[in-house]
Amino acid sequence: MKYFIKKSCTLIITLFIVSLLAFLAFQVIPGDPTTALLGTEATAEAREALRQELGLDQPVLLRYFDWLLNFLHGDMGTSYNYRMPVADMLSDKLPITAILTLMSFAFTVVLSIPLGIWAGSTKSRALDLGVTVLDQIIMSVPQFFLGMLACYVFGNLFRLFVPGNFVSYTVSWGACLGYMVLPALAIAIPRIAMTVKMLRSSIQTQLQQDYVRTSRSRGSGRSKILRRHVLKNALIPVITFLAVSAAEIMTGSIIVEQVFTIPGISRLLLASISNRDFPVVQAIVVVVAAWIVIVNFVADLLYQLVDPRIRLR
Amino acid sequence: MKKRANVFLWAGGILSGLMLCIIILGYFWTPYDPTAMDPKAKFCAPSLNHLLGTDNFGRDIFSRVVDGAGTSFFIALCVVAIGCLAGILIGSLCGYYGGLPDLILTRVCDSITAFPAFLLALVIVTVAGPGTENIILALGILFIPSFARIVRSEFARCRELNYIKSAKLMGAGGMRIMFRHILPNTFPVLLSAVTIGFNNAVLSEASMSFLGIGIQPPYASLGSMLSDSQSFLHSAPWYALGTGGAIVLLILGFSLLSEGLQLKGQR
Amino acid sequence: MRKQILAVFLAMALMAGLLCGCGGATTQTPAASDETTNSSGAKHANEIVVGIAQDPDDSLDPYQMVAAGTREVMFNVFEGLVKPNADGDYVCAVASDYEKSADGLTYTFTLRDGVVFHNGQGCTVEDVLYSFETCAATSVTKAVVTALSAITDIHAEGNTIIITLDAPNPDFLSYVSSVYIVPKGYDQQATAPVGTGPFRFASRSVQENFILERNEAYYGQGASLDKVTYKIYEDNNALFTALNSGALDLVAHLTVDQVNNLSNGYQVLEGTMNLVQALYLNNAVAPFDNELVRQALCYAVDVDAMLELTADGHGTKVGSSMYPAFGKYFDPALAEKYPHDVEKAKELLKEAGYENGFSFTITVPSNYQPHVDTAVVLVEQLKEVGVTAQIQQVEWNTWLSDVYSARNFESTVCGFDASTLNASAMLARWVSDNGKNMINYSNPQYDEVFAQAQAAADEAEQTALYKQCLEILSDTAANVYLQDLADFVAINPAVQGFTFYPLYVIDMSLLSIVE
Repeated sequence: MKYFIKKSCTLIITLFIVSLLAFLAFQVIPGDPTTALLGTEATAEAREALRQELGLDQPVLLRYFDWLLNFLHGDMGTSYNYRMPVADMLSDKLPITAILTLMSFAFTVVLSIPLGIWAGSTKSRALDLGVTVLDQIIMSVPQFFLGMLACYVFGNLFRLFVPGNFVSYTVSWGACLGYMVLPALAIAIPRIAMTVKMLRSSIQTQLQQDYVRTSRSRGSGRSKILRRHVLKNALIPVITFLAVSAAEIMTGSIIVEQVFTIPGISRLLLASISNRDFPVVQAIVVVVAAWIVIVNFVADLLYQLVDPRIRLR
Repeated sequence: MKKRANVFLWAGGILSGLMLCIIILGYFWTPYDPTAMDPKAKFCAPSLNHLLGTDNFGRDIFSRVVDGAGTSFFIALCVVAIGCLAGILIGSLCGYYGGLPDLILTRVCDSITAFPAFLLALVIVTVAGPGTENIILALGILFIPSFARIVRSEFARCRELNYIKSAKLMGAGGMRIMFRHILPNTFPVLLSAVTIGFNNAVLSEASMSFLGIGIQPPYASLGSMLSDSQSFLHSAPWYALGTGGAIVLLILGFSLLSEGLQLKGQR
Repeated sequence: MRKQILAVFLAMALMAGLLCGCGGATTQTPAASDETTNSSGAKHANEIVVGIAQDPDDSLDPYQMVAAGTREVMFNVFEGLVKPNADGDYVCAVASDYEKSADGLTYTFTLRDGVVFHNGQGCTVEDVLYSFETCAATSVTKAVVTALSAITDIHAEGNTIIITLDAPNPDFLSYVSSVYIVPKGYDQQATAPVGTGPFRFASRSVQENFILERNEAYYGQGASLDKVTYKIYEDNNALFTALNSGALDLVAHLTVDQVNNLSNGYQVLEGTMNLVQALYLNNAVAPFDNELVRQALCYAVDVDAMLELTADGHGTKVGSSMYPAFGKYFDPALAEKYPHDVEKAKELLKEAGYENGFSFTITVPSNYQPHVDTAVVLVEQLKEVGVTAQIQQVEWNTWLSDVYSARNFESTVCGFDASTLNASAMLARWVSDNGKNMINYSNPQYDEVFAQAQAAADEAEQTALYKQCLEILSDTAANVYLQDLADFVAINPAVQGFTFYPLYVIDMSLLSIVE
């Protein structure tokens, strides 16, 4: 419990630093949001009036605490560009990225664990080498190249998929999920390769432990040992690895959303940065960072839960 | 597992060596000038004249890939160098002395890691303007925390070991202990971190160029070429395949090498 | 230990369950994805899907819209008393008739009967007066504000609106067309715009789509299509991939490479972008403050070869700050003034004291590929005369603040278009003290001729003076003038009626579907 409280405190401090960094970072970027809003033909007076309206004439720190207070109350401000509440825009876009993240996480879990167990427990030199080499190759393919290959093969050659023809979940869940399969796989495949590699070596390490030899000598069957003893121990590091993956998958979605033109928060983020739409950028950065920090926090706790020995460290 | 030849070390070494040779050769000579255009040779399929075909300006893709791989390689090298050196400095000081500065720096490193890496790089590049130096700077800063963390934990571990304690008793200065006695012990861990970091650097640079904030045309890096090739995926698939293939080979070589190094370490 | 593992698996199963939950919902909702038409498939409804490369990420308020992409879409929603047609003339819209007095000072507009706003409210003279007032007070387009400030009196008499100016302005009608008529007192224009056009705004989803529906109560012939869905890609490559796979009915502003690579059975139309693309030189920084250097660059650049490389020879050479759609002012002879001549360029450079060449930076907005491509070719061409150019790509916003506003640049490749259909929209910016004179062009002779042209009451005389302005720009090599870019439109053969406008707009009301 003490551990939990301590970890929670660092979580909150990290989030605070992240939000401050996010806020400050965008104060030093060249380019004035009023130029983007008013275009090239506006007068200097109109520009100054808008700066006041947006509160840009206030000192930075004052604005930061104002913004933080409102944020904690659920008011994320109004987009400079779209003139809509940022909260509305996020509640529209966040589910899309969440679907993508969850889906590729599900792929990772569902595909990598059976594959890893199979690869770890089968004893064959050729298979061993094959799996490792394949793993290495897959891990070397960047996600965006994988995405492009998928677009080419399934979109242009087989015509099973229309790249760019995204359908929002608000229109149709089926079409939306269908569109997400390839992007989710593009994110998941390198993760799967890593997980398989890890699980495999973890199982093999366990198989060489003394307790396995002891059980063998007591006459237990190989598969029984595997099921009852080895897997339990071998899965521990993998579980934390998977939890950390959930954070990395989110980051991976930034570029994959771009390749498949999925209008999730990552694309909104990139567009908002170039538009200097600060309220949107800050909100997204904080949300994404919070996701990563919280997932890492959960990973830590999970690790605790499955292996209390760690607490000593 | 005993006397098996280390296939990975060999395969990785050969592949990386080959790529390296081509890259180094590319600094002095390429079949065509990588920026020379030829309106008569737009979108040629791969042939003996143009090993990987030509692009929308009639430029030789093979020459550009070699040139681009050189750029990517150079950037990755610089990034890892910055990250590694700064990481050693910060990590060793924090790990060895501990205390409040350690706490603060660890927290800041954690916050940096909590940021999506691209986002931070994006911000730095938007502030400083695009260009090779700025990408190196942006990615270099991003790579510091991971190295710092590794070095820090190694130093924190070694600090408590007996031989360091005895060195202290003998009156060795902090600097001497840190860099003469502890640092060499971190080399095996650092070596694999460097190879992995190198791969991450190649990937990050490619991703940034892919998003259009990397290398400026007419010069090419593998990422920016891949991004350009996306428009011609249907009509000139060799453009994307050649470029993407080069990225895969470059990364594969080093990841095999790091796998081999790890195996060697275990033995 | 077992319990703990179980807990972890439960947690995972929960996540997977969440996903299954999502999947389960698919059976309940009918798959509406059929609505997105495929060019090869059958039409389900009288509607089209248009791909656009730029999110209309603006305020939708008619007087606050800035982005060309937003204006292009909203052209179908808003109308002024008059509006431009495809020939560049102004035709009646919300007004049914107008009259200009002999001295050019008084305009009388008759309000059309039965004009209804998209929110069902009838349009009255009150709304028109309100629109003029609001536009003059809030418009972000300075030229419109300036033109409207010349109004000394505006009032309504019955169903006519009478406007009196303090001086005649031959271009006044073009500004009237920018005063979109909106309902008085309606304050949701920024997010839910209401106008009188042939289409009404239905909905928008940020970065996804923008939907217009037919205005059933339109007074004129109105639109044939029931619904136009703009799908937003924000990335030319993605837009092209979607087009190529047949998900879109209409995409404008394609490059020739994309057209060549189009595999589906689309009909391709060619027009021009209606802008002047040039290597704009900052006349205030060395060496571009030297006219000889600027002329040398003009000789060094081979525009024909550049067109060949970037667009298979498509596009029109311009030679000065005017594009061909302005038939009245455009002079093709100016485009031939500086033929490609490396020797001549070297000679001029030598005379200017740059015998060994020099190096400079071309700053290019990265969001527009044709400009980047052009810059890439220019760098290669300038190498021939010993001039080293470097490309620096910047984001559009940085370009606006650093290059356009702060004028902190050496040279840039970009395109200037006309926001209203008159010559001064293209030429006023090069007057020495004009706030938009990005290149710091300073030529007393030009200022004088332009002032004379502005004051001229006679149209023929004015045209001649504007032409003289163009010649001055060309003679002094203000910039390295390049081209008006070719503009390709890919369109589903079943969709007919596409018409190029001399402005950056697509008139959706002219389109119809034939089976």
